[in-house]
Amino acid sequence: MLTYTIRRLMLAIPTLFFISLIIFLLLDLAPGDPMSQVPLTVPPEVKAKMREALGADQPMVVRYALWLKQFFVVEPSHILDNLLGTDLAQGSQRILSWQSRSPVADTIAERLPQTLTVIGSSYLIGVLIALPIGIYSAYRQYSWFDQLGTFIAMIGFSVPTFFTGVLLIVIFSVNLHWFPSIYDTTLKVTDLASFGRQVRQMAMPVAVLSLYNAAQISRYMRSSMLDNLTQDYVRTARAKGLTERVVVLKHVLRNSLIPVVTVIALGIPTIFAGAIITEQVFKVNGLGALLINAIYANDIPMVQTLTFIFAVLIVLFNLVADIVYGMLDPRIRYD
Amino acid sequence: MTDTLPAAEVDAALRPPRSQWRDVWDQFKTHRGALVGFTVFATLLVAIVLGPWLWPKDPQFIEPDAVKMLRLRNLGPSLSYPFGTDQLGRDMLARMIAGGKVSIAVGLVAMAISVTLGTTIGVLAGYFKRLDGPLMRATDLFLALPLLPLLLVMVMLFRETLAGLMGPELGTFVLIVFAIGITSWMQSARIVRGEVLALKEREFVLAARSIGTPPRRLILRHILPNVMSPIMVAATLGIASAIITESALSFLGLGFPPDFPTWGRLLFEGVEYMQQFPARVIWPGLAISLTVLSVNYIGDGLRDALDPRIRGR
Repeated sequence: MLTYTIRRLMLAIPTLFFISLIIFLLLDLAPGDPMSQVPLTVPPEVKAKMREALGADQPMVVRYALWLKQFFVVEPSHILDNLLGTDLAQGSQRILSWQSRSPVADTIAERLPQTLTVIGSSYLIGVLIALPIGIYSAYRQYSWFDQLGTFIAMIGFSVPTFFTGVLLIVIFSVNLHWFPSIYDTTLKVTDLASFGRQVRQMAMPVAVLSLYNAAQISRYMRSSMLDNLTQDYVRTARAKGLTERVVVLKHVLRNSLIPVVTVIALGIPTIFAGAIITEQVFKVNGLGALLINAIYANDIPMVQTLTFIFAVLIVLFNLVADIVYGMLDPRIRYD
Repeated sequence: MTDTLPAAEVDAALRPPRSQWRDVWDQFKTHRGALVGFTVFATLLVAIVLGPWLWPKDPQFIEPDAVKMLRLRNLGPSLSYPFGTDQLGRDMLARMIAGGKVSIAVGLVAMAISVTLGTTIGVLAGYFKRLDGPLMRATDLFLALPLLPLLLVMVMLFRETLAGLMGPELGTFVLIVFAIGITSWMQSARIVRGEVLALKEREFVLAARSIGTPPRRLILRHILPNVMSPIMVAATLGIASAIITESALSFLGLGFPPDFPTWGRLLFEGVEYMQQFPARVIWPGLAISLTVLSVNYIGDGLRDALDPRIRGR
């Protein structure tokens, strides 16, 4: 198991390098210019100096190496410095946003909590809804509950989140005035009243994303349960007189959860990308909104960093899913 | 003296054998959801194709007289404007028809690109052992890319260049179709590779190879027809995801140019006015959802109908 993990980690490194190269090359072809936000009154020789200071006049290979060094060496050491109070970075050049001239990592750290609260809770709620639905639909296959579940799941992944989101806004905030249509990021949860406001503003984005996630996960749960319910060990368990409750909720459920857990792990990075749309609909000031604004403003370092972070998440959770699968399922032995 | 067979038996013997597609269609008909989906999708297609003749209004037409134009803005549904008008007094029904044409065209063409690419890579990886490693590594790599952010970046970077080369409409169309195509071929490549790997070991392939069939003809004549069913299912589901991706891009403002309606673009424009005129977002959203839902149901039904293990029952 350990050797497998180490081998997979080693394999992840060239993958990440390759992805970083693709992202870098793609963005390097961009017509954007770091000086596009600088006022026209700044004389050209000053602009040339500024360009030099940003390293934008170097050949491509140098810039790629510089960016890699900044991403893998400089930024982590700055983060460590902030956390532990050490001085590893020694004032080295960080990745700067072309929009705000502040380090990209700081902006991302500011936006991360919003995304994590909204996305994290919606994924959690989605999973918590999906598992019981999947279990019961498989146990009573072709019952009205199963038919309804299938239909809702089909709607869940056919209706795009930007439409469900807009629909919820029209119904619940324009017509009924139950929930605010815009997510207020400045809201601090200090007492019960502000906690209530936070819950109310989170209700709609969380509902949209959980419907989407629950639709997919409940299908996986259902088919995994169906696979297991017909196995011989289930018949044995029933034959030796175990109660139905123990058979289904202990024997079958435990075995069916194995593939579902990996699916849940694999889904985590994709919800970050899915959140780009939901954040735009509800004006949540998170990572997705940051990416969209950076794309509109031609802020290449920000786009590069964010896209690469998404890629790292995907590679990381692929790895986690494989390892968890190996740990949970004794039939799978990688060594 | 010769025996004469009963007429019914002669009829049965002379009737042409049932074709595979007939069987598939018979099985497809038993899937209620798929049949409803098929009807809805066909109706939408007919409405979009025949729409411009039945409703000959120009979706781009803005009343040149300023006073009249101001009166025509944001109208509710009426006989002359069944879906109302938008903020510039353009007819929403005509815009929905024009938008549907683009959205479905994007879905079909992007699906064609992605399935062709996926099938080619899948067949090559499955058939030629030398290519299997590198091609599957590349597939894994593409699966590890953050696709939506990359799509957004691609559209942002190349929109202007391509619009300059081919005109704003065709340029954006080509860009979006290719961008969706090259970011969604991985699933079909994996499925096709698996099928080809299994087929390659079958006796009829061995027989064909032993009489000296060259690889090209072996693939085209013997292997491809046998992997058609998973490809068709992947293609159907591919249309749905391509339509969703295009509308998502348009919704984020990185799709087609403003005066060139698609359903996603109409939804994006409607969001600004949804407080006063919710119908403006409901119609395009409903159109996208209905199309995708029906296409997904068709895919579901096709999967059952094309599976010979289920079909016999």
